[in-house]
Amino acid sequence: MSKPKEQWGTRIGMILAVAGSAVGLGNFLRFPGNAAANGGGAFMIPYFCALLFLGIPICWAEWTMGKYGGMKGFNSCPAIFGVLGRRAAWRYLGVLGLIIPIIIYMYYVLVESWCLGYAISFLTGWIDLGDDKSQYAAQSVEYFNNFVGANQDGLMLDGRIHISVVVWMIVFAVNFYFIFRGLSKGIEKFCTYAVPAMALCAFVVLARVLTLGTPDPSAPNLNVINGLGFMWNPKPVDGEASWLSALLEPKVWMAAAGQIFFSLSVGFGVIVNYASYLRRKDDVVLSGLTASATNEFFEVCLGGLITIPAAFVFLGVAGASQTGTFSLGFHTLPVVFEYMPAGRFFGFLWFFMLFLAAITSSLSMLQPAIAFLEESLGIGRRASVTLLGLLTGLGSLFVIFFSKDLKALVFLDDTVGTIIIVVLAAVQTILFGWVFGVERGIAFASDGAQLKLPSFFGFVIKYVTPAYLFFMLGSWCYKDLPGYFRKVQEDQVIFLSFCMIIVVTVFLLILIHIGGRKWQAERVDAVGTQEASR
Amino acid sequence: MTTGGWIFMIASIGFVVGLVAFCFAKVLAQPSATEHMHGPLDIDTRDTGT
Repeated sequence: MSKPKEQWGTRIGMILAVAGSAVGLGNFLRFPGNAAANGGGAFMIPYFCALLFLGIPICWAEWTMGKYGGMKGFNSCPAIFGVLGRRAAWRYLGVLGLIIPIIIYMYYVLVESWCLGYAISFLTGWIDLGDDKSQYAAQSVEYFNNFVGANQDGLMLDGRIHISVVVWMIVFAVNFYFIFRGLSKGIEKFCTYAVPAMALCAFVVLARVLTLGTPDPSAPNLNVINGLGFMWNPKPVDGEASWLSALLEPKVWMAAAGQIFFSLSVGFGVIVNYASYLRRKDDVVLSGLTASATNEFFEVCLGGLITIPAAFVFLGVAGASQTGTFSLGFHTLPVVFEYMPAGRFFGFLWFFMLFLAAITSSLSMLQPAIAFLEESLGIGRRASVTLLGLLTGLGSLFVIFFSKDLKALVFLDDTVGTIIIVVLAAVQTILFGWVFGVERGIAFASDGAQLKLPSFFGFVIKYVTPAYLFFMLGSWCYKDLPGYFRKVQEDQVIFLSFCMIIVVTVFLLILIHIGGRKWQAERVDAVGTQEASR
Repeated sequence: MTTGGWIFMIASIGFVVGLVAFCFAKVLAQPSATEHMHGPLDIDTRDTGT
């Protein structure tokens, strides 16, 4: 622990890096689809409740735990959890804070490369949906399937250099270049420029969408105002009479909680790591709230006004009802840009903005694992970047190879990006609220804070948030767990993907064991100190 | 677009814009917001010798 620690350069840079980590494809593609399918404007009531009672409290808890761990000389989840929990078991539970960013990075970098690939396709005119408007939708799906290799496995084995693989290699290398440069010179510096550039691109596309008016005079109903209405009008779900019935639907509340979760990047292990580079007197309350609010701005004010209205104006209800992330982003929107005046330019701008949103997120996914390798094995940044590059590169190649119907990618996302993040969030709230102690946590968070924590925070983080999370997990186990294991048993690709998660987890647990012994020997770990003093 | 749609849209966007404005105003009001948080020697990466 004698080596000089990495630190953030400026406070605004740190906030932009955390916000950049949170703003991703989900803000622009997942949120609008989720809202439109779950009550429109009515969805915003459970959405803001989840933000206030789930997202922001967990966010503050993560910032506080990270800062506490950093003060003790640690930057990785296993070490920080060990210090907070004062039991070796907590250290091993910290593996969740490593497998989440590592596994997600393996497929996220691929989706990121699709965004850049589509931006290049629009710029160069490679994407051509033909002259027959009735075939636009089918052509768009075909282009996507060919681009990502969704028609068959083995994208790299057909004897030619596939453009999507070339773009993936470039994107992968760019990520590791910035990671190698370090926290303040790499991630922070990149995000300081990328986040404002992303906002600028989004504002230009927003201005274009809001000034579309009624592009087809023969279909006067397909106009921007009705497009906004399709997104924001409060409406019932499942054919009920009143929109208020949407608020009585548990699935609407679950969808809102899930959206906030994925959107704010809580339960990813990233915030704990980022906050560990702060010092005791650095603020976490205002910084955490500002990063969350910036993410909300991209999601509600930009994502909520662009995607669905644009799809509605050109494609009507049928187009705007495509609410899946991939179908909305890569099937529907290319058709929208084909209809739109100057669509090639705006298509390029849109997909380049998605690429920036994705790369600011993927960069953050690597830092927790780099920090862990450095402090568990005692190796330098160069060695840990090489080791992590090898691990994530192999995993990413696995996802690229098993590209048919994107089965491996979707399974990894369903498992790690949907379930395990809720498990990690539940572990963190128990650790913060019940083991470390709410009063102690609040006192530590308030040290240097430029904003007072609201009085309800202690009660919410101790009782409400864990109850919310355990209800989410319980309902998933009750409804989906048997079907999940059936899928793993029946499908070979899904079985292999499951095995990959297990192998990575076991590998990381072994490293945690090695790291734990090292920290105990150095007497820098609270568990080691405690056990040695007995 | 219905009246309810306008209300939800304006209220949601207004709330988020207000929150962002409040947060950034507080952050930027601090003189240290864009200055280095720590001394340049602290910011050096730990792996220059490896």
